[in-house]
Amino acid sequence: MAVIQVKRKDLTLAERTYIPQIFGGLMTTLKYFFKPNETLQYPEERPAIPPGYRGVPTLVMDPHGREKCVSCQLCEFVCPPKAIRITPGSVAPGTGVDHVEKAPQAFDIDMLRCIYCGLCEEVCPEEAIFLQKQYSMSGYSRSEMVNHKDRLYELGGTLPDKHFKWDKKKAAEDGSGAHH
Amino acid sequence: MASFFFGLPLMVQGVAKGLAVILFIFPVAAACSMAERKVSAWIQRRPGPNRTIPPMIAWIPGTGILQRLGLFQLAADGGKFFFKEEPLPNHVHKFYFVLAPFIAMIPAFTTVTVVPFGAYLDQAGAVVPIMLANVDIGILAVFAVASLGVYSLILAGWASNSKYPFLGGVRASAQLISYELSMTLSVLPVFLWVNEPGSAGSLSLARVVEFQSQPGFWGGTWFIFTMPLSAAIFIIALFAETNRQPFDMPESEADLVGGFHTEYGAFKWSLFFVAEYANMIVGSAVFTLLFLGGWNPLPWVPLSALLEGLHHLTGSALWIHPLVAGLLSIGIFVGKVFLAIFFFMWVRWTVPRFRYDQVMRIGWKLLLPLSIANLLAYTVGIYFLQG
Repeated sequence: MAVIQVKRKDLTLAERTYIPQIFGGLMTTLKYFFKPNETLQYPEERPAIPPGYRGVPTLVMDPHGREKCVSCQLCEFVCPPKAIRITPGSVAPGTGVDHVEKAPQAFDIDMLRCIYCGLCEEVCPEEAIFLQKQYSMSGYSRSEMVNHKDRLYELGGTLPDKHFKWDKKKAAEDGSGAHH
Repeated sequence: MASFFFGLPLMVQGVAKGLAVILFIFPVAAACSMAERKVSAWIQRRPGPNRTIPPMIAWIPGTGILQRLGLFQLAADGGKFFFKEEPLPNHVHKFYFVLAPFIAMIPAFTTVTVVPFGAYLDQAGAVVPIMLANVDIGILAVFAVASLGVYSLILAGWASNSKYPFLGGVRASAQLISYELSMTLSVLPVFLWVNEPGSAGSLSLARVVEFQSQPGFWGGTWFIFTMPLSAAIFIIALFAETNRQPFDMPESEADLVGGFHTEYGAFKWSLFFVAEYANMIVGSAVFTLLFLGGWNPLPWVPLSALLEGLHHLTGSALWIHPLVAGLLSIGIFVGKVFLAIFFFMWVRWTVPRFRYDQVMRIGWKLLLPLSIANLLAYTVGIYFLQG
């Protein structure tokens, strides 16, 4: 490959005097002076959160109000900074959902450790944990920054469920039993 | 009230007028710092400081506009300078270190004495300028006193006894001395023109404005139209003299931390700050007087014509009352000065900073020869026009 010498254009006389350039610049800055501001007045105005945003991880319920987490602890294992701690517990018999067998007794996410990587959401077989839209967390103490189970459900709310996996399981169990 | 004022001894009158002017300039110089932040913000499409408001005042309806204009921020900043600790580093030359900010203030406020800022019509219909001291040396006094301002920067840089302030002080002295030459030479044509042969010679700034308020096409022409090159050189040199971007060599926060005021803080630092803005105000005022027709509202429309026109139009003698006319002319003049100050801030966000060698090259190789050629050309021209 031959080296191609690009000849740099000589400055014109007007450019060398620098004066037209300054006036051009002044016009540009004046144009911006009269344009509306771009600033978002933060606490009053909030930014639009795009879909797929990875905010604070939360636990969600299915539309029946049943907690989806079955405390398989996969998120706890996958969590790179070890921010998640789950104490598994069993579902009380007679609640109608006892065929799920397990639910978390305690579910803590330490938001001082969480790196918002979203691996917990990715790994969850039950689609029970989601990184949702909340992006600002603050507290006066370290313990305040740990989201406990009730807080996690409060943040998470209910998301639409496409599968109702456990309903299908139950139906299969009650019916032919072929699936089970 | 007027007769009572003029009945006072001259000394008391002078002190009262001087205090009035200082009490005007000091807050305006401080307010300029807020204007600077606001203009900077608007050019960058930000709202600028718009949050601060004392809770008591926030209850009063209608104060929101003041809040958005940042006026309470200004008060908070000013108050902060009074109450925060005065740092006095151990390694400085304490006497000169403390002296420097005061020396910065003195020329900034002294030059105001010879700057007229308005006019009124006396009984005979003649225009009387409003100024602290209508002395014949006018512009000479401005230059003589304003050039003392460099000593404060040198003193601050040297007394700080550390590397960056010292470099800032050296740069300040070189820059200010370089640009003073072109500045002085650029205004000479104006005074050559004003002092026609046969007339009583005067370097008074009021005389320049008077000259620009004459009837007729050439009489009413502002000097910026007849001497654009002088005006351009003067304003460029003014930028350099007041250490404004693109000539902020003494401060140059990019390479010298804070330049000459690196070691300063709290009230002493704010004195430098206010002095810089006071210099800007006085510089803009001088530019307005020399090239923008002073207190004349429009080119070819002198103040006296405006006042008499209003007098005839409305039929009230109120317009030619000295107090009303004086306030109106001061308003016009201050408006022009504020426009000039806006220009300073506008240029700040437009022109990138010059390198130090570029500053020296522009000063000595460009502006100085240009101003000399300009002076020679106008001298010959004025000789043939008036001689």
